[in-house]
Amino acid sequence: MSPEYYLFLAVLLFAIGTVGVMVRRNALIAFMSVELMLNAANLAMVAFAMARGGLDGQVATFFVMVVAAAEVVVGLSIIIVIYRTRRSTSMDAASLLKL
Amino acid sequence: MIVLDTLGVVSFWIAGPLAVLGALGLIMFRKAVYAALSMAFTMVNLAVLYASLDAMFLTFVQIIVYTGAIMMLFLFVLMLVGVDTPDSLVETLRGQRVAATLAAIGIFALIVFGIGGAITGVPAVGLEQANAEYGDNVQGLAALIFGRYVFAFELTSALLITAAVGAMILGQRARVRRKATQRDLSEERLRDYAEKGTHPGSLPNSGVLALHNSIATPALLPDGTVSEHSVSETLAARGVIIDAPALSQATAKAFSEIESTSVEEADE
Amino acid sequence: MITLETVAATGVFSLAWLMIAVPAVAAALLLVSGSFFDRAGHWLAVAAVALSFGIALWLFIAMMAADPEQRAVGVPLYTWIDSGTWSISAGLLIDQLSILFALLITGVGGLIHLYSVGYMAHDPRRRRFFAFLNLFVAAMLLLVLADNYLVLFVGWEGVGLASYLLIGFWQYKPSAAAAAKKAFVMNRVGDLGMTTAVMAMLALFGSSSFEAVNAGAGKLDPAWATAIGLLLLLAACGKSAQVPLQAWLLDAMEGPTPVSALIHAATMVTAGVYLVVRSNAVFNVAPIAATAVVLVGTVTLLVGAWIGTSKDDIKKVLAGSTMSQIGYMMLAAGIGPAGYAFAIFHLLTHGFFKANMFLGAGSVMHAMDDDVNMRHYGALSKVMRITFLTFSMGFLAIIGFPFFSGYYSKDHIIEAAFHQNALIGWAALIGAGITAFYMTRLMLMTFFGESRWREGVHPHESPKIMTIPLIILAIFSVIGGVLMNSWIQEWLEPAVGNHVEELSLMPSAIGWATMGVVALGVAVGWFFFGQRRVPEEAPVSKNFFTVMGRNDLFGDTVNDVVAVQPTMLAARGVVVADHTMIDGGVNGAAGLLAKLSTQTRRLQTGQIRTYALTMSLGVVGIGVVMILSQLG
Repeated sequence: MSPEYYLFLAVLLFAIGTVGVMVRRNALIAFMSVELMLNAANLAMVAFAMARGGLDGQVATFFVMVVAAAEVVVGLSIIIVIYRTRRSTSMDAASLLKL
Repeated sequence: MIVLDTLGVVSFWIAGPLAVLGALGLIMFRKAVYAALSMAFTMVNLAVLYASLDAMFLTFVQIIVYTGAIMMLFLFVLMLVGVDTPDSLVETLRGQRVAATLAAIGIFALIVFGIGGAITGVPAVGLEQANAEYGDNVQGLAALIFGRYVFAFELTSALLITAAVGAMILGQRARVRRKATQRDLSEERLRDYAEKGTHPGSLPNSGVLALHNSIATPALLPDGTVSEHSVSETLAARGVIIDAPALSQATAKAFSEIESTSVEEADE
Repeated sequence: MITLETVAATGVFSLAWLMIAVPAVAAALLLVSGSFFDRAGHWLAVAAVALSFGIALWLFIAMMAADPEQRAVGVPLYTWIDSGTWSISAGLLIDQLSILFALLITGVGGLIHLYSVGYMAHDPRRRRFFAFLNLFVAAMLLLVLADNYLVLFVGWEGVGLASYLLIGFWQYKPSAAAAAKKAFVMNRVGDLGMTTAVMAMLALFGSSSFEAVNAGAGKLDPAWATAIGLLLLLAACGKSAQVPLQAWLLDAMEGPTPVSALIHAATMVTAGVYLVVRSNAVFNVAPIAATAVVLVGTVTLLVGAWIGTSKDDIKKVLAGSTMSQIGYMMLAAGIGPAGYAFAIFHLLTHGFFKANMFLGAGSVMHAMDDDVNMRHYGALSKVMRITFLTFSMGFLAIIGFPFFSGYYSKDHIIEAAFHQNALIGWAALIGAGITAFYMTRLMLMTFFGESRWREGVHPHESPKIMTIPLIILAIFSVIGGVLMNSWIQEWLEPAVGNHVEELSLMPSAIGWATMGVVALGVAVGWFFFGQRRVPEEAPVSKNFFTVMGRNDLFGDTVNDVVAVQPTMLAARGVVVADHTMIDGGVNGAAGLLAKLSTQTRRLQTGQIRTYALTMSLGVVGIGVVMILSQLG
């Protein structure tokens, strides 16, 4: 199985993830789209590891997962705090810093 | 080998489109819970793809950490912030959807042409040798993580602890000042009375000590004078309250009688 | 041509720098010590000046003992500026001219310090006063002992600073603060001449030392010589309050009286004369500049005398007199080799008798509760015997009473002026007559006639610490002339290149004429102020001479019209230009930018999704550019 198929798949998922971030207003879904982009990158790295015949790509994926876990914890906390104060998870509502 | 390779191809062509379907579901479902579930679906399919890429350890980590922990955390938060309101899918920003699609296609094309072009045609080496070096995939990864990447690995522990502490700090809701007790409230009322003259308790009702109890009848104070507070200001402004001197006449009469009696008594 | 050959410093001469260092250190000590020296600091100041005087006296005696050719001693101290081709050393020049100045400064200065101990006894800021006095002495010594113009300039500015600080010593009085500022600003005009002259010297001779300038002056282009001479004259006018920069000296009388005596009579204001005499080599080859010096001196001696005749403020009369006497010195210095020695001679005798009279005036003011109006004096000769007697010695000296010091020095100048030009001579002669008139007026109004004291004023003689300096100065006012008359010309000859002439003690024809004019002046003075009653209020007068004199010959008005108004006008123009053009340009650019920013701010929508879109498009754009560049 040639790695480029995996790469195309990964890029497709990544592109879908960017669309999600740009189009969905719900902060949680946008956040999940970011996770999807991370996963797409992971898939690409695992595919590269296969193609190169080394395990470093898999190790990198492992670290990405660890970082993603930490990110999700903090990110969700922030979403909860915003929800508490503004009673909404819409990203469009969080524009207080603009004049 | 060929069997395995064929298995890989088959699993790619099954799991790949399913993953894409799940991803499309993520960005298209109106209800956030469905979006989250289709995201979990994508992740399971990604785990299958990892397996087809000879990454057994990551397959299970993907299922346990992502699907099991992270996605459940997302669902948990979804429940917390209100699961029942479906998002409006009407776009508020003009041209956002078209532009976003164009940008995504641009990124897709960019990566496919830019990076994909560089690796096309290069035969895959395969992981048999790398996995076999320390016994198996898990042992090989362990050798790397606790060997070459041990410092990065240690750093992730600091990151995780920081994230945990940060989440706790963000999540807690501290009371800025003590909850006011009944005693505090009453003291505050009296302080207001002392400083600003705000009446501490309820004002006299209309008609108190008068001969009528209509709301247009001002209350009489014990000395027979009229209490302005006892009738609504609106009524006073309209001038529909009952004439105060007429009201207090009865009291005045009573007073004068009492006084004359006391004078007579004194005379006697 | 004087080449200023100096010999290396040995023995006591190598300690000459201590003369400057001691008062300088004392001044610094007094200024930084805080209240530690409040009680005894003035004695430290007196001791510092006394020590300087001791060194100066020792040097003088050593110089007297030395061979006449060996008397000028150079004391190199250190290399001050060493930059590229410039190498300017700071050094001292102890020669016949500078040692006389050093003796005058430290001697008279010491006596005035002593006098100030009594005069300033009750001033809460006495320590600071003495610190400034010491600073002045150090700066003045640096001025006269410097061996080049640049070091001289340091002292020149130092005395200017000390003068500013001391005129404005009672800075809570607005008039004193304004007077100090006026003196400072007008001195800066003179400094402009000084700095330009020094720069010209550095450019022409490659050095500012007296030695190099004297050696190179002979080969100088006459135009440059004239330019340098005129610039030095401008400097001298500023420092010595000569016309047209005379206006500050009368206001400078706002300072404490010992300051007026030391700085604005005896020493600092004569620095201009010193500068001209020291630059004799330049003036010898620049006859136009020398003539300008004579003219300035002549005009100033008449102007000063004129102002002196019509003032009621005792200090201002003396200030006018100082201007006038310095005018005599400048006149003598401008005459050239024939006059240098007489200029210095008159400078020294004037230092004695004018310091004497100023201190006497201070003593009178002390007795009259700091009232300076002579119309409130009168009949003080009986209550203040010592002040009266010492003042009389000064009076006789300044009008040129035979055998008093002023008689010798002034007569020589008048004679030299007649030899130069009859017109100048007559002017000097008339000046002597006016001097006699206004000094007689001062004496009569202050010490004679009936008492016109204000209520509550009880005149009394000053304490001994003030009268002893008066007595010493009075003695020198009497004998200074006789002491130096036959000696000073030969003494100064190697230093300034004057022509030694035979002088007889018996007056010449011009001498007799001078005495006649002086006697006439005294008689007129007595006629107007001795035999008549002096009105207590100045009578209103429409007399041209009186009105001009009372208003300082409208010197301030002239300054106002010539310098102040055009400057203000230019400043206002600059302000308008600044507001409309510069500010307009800057504010316009800023306003344009602000409007532009208001428009661009709309890009900042606050919508995260828009930002994400913009970023994605940016990534695509950068990627496309990178790929295209790879392809290209």
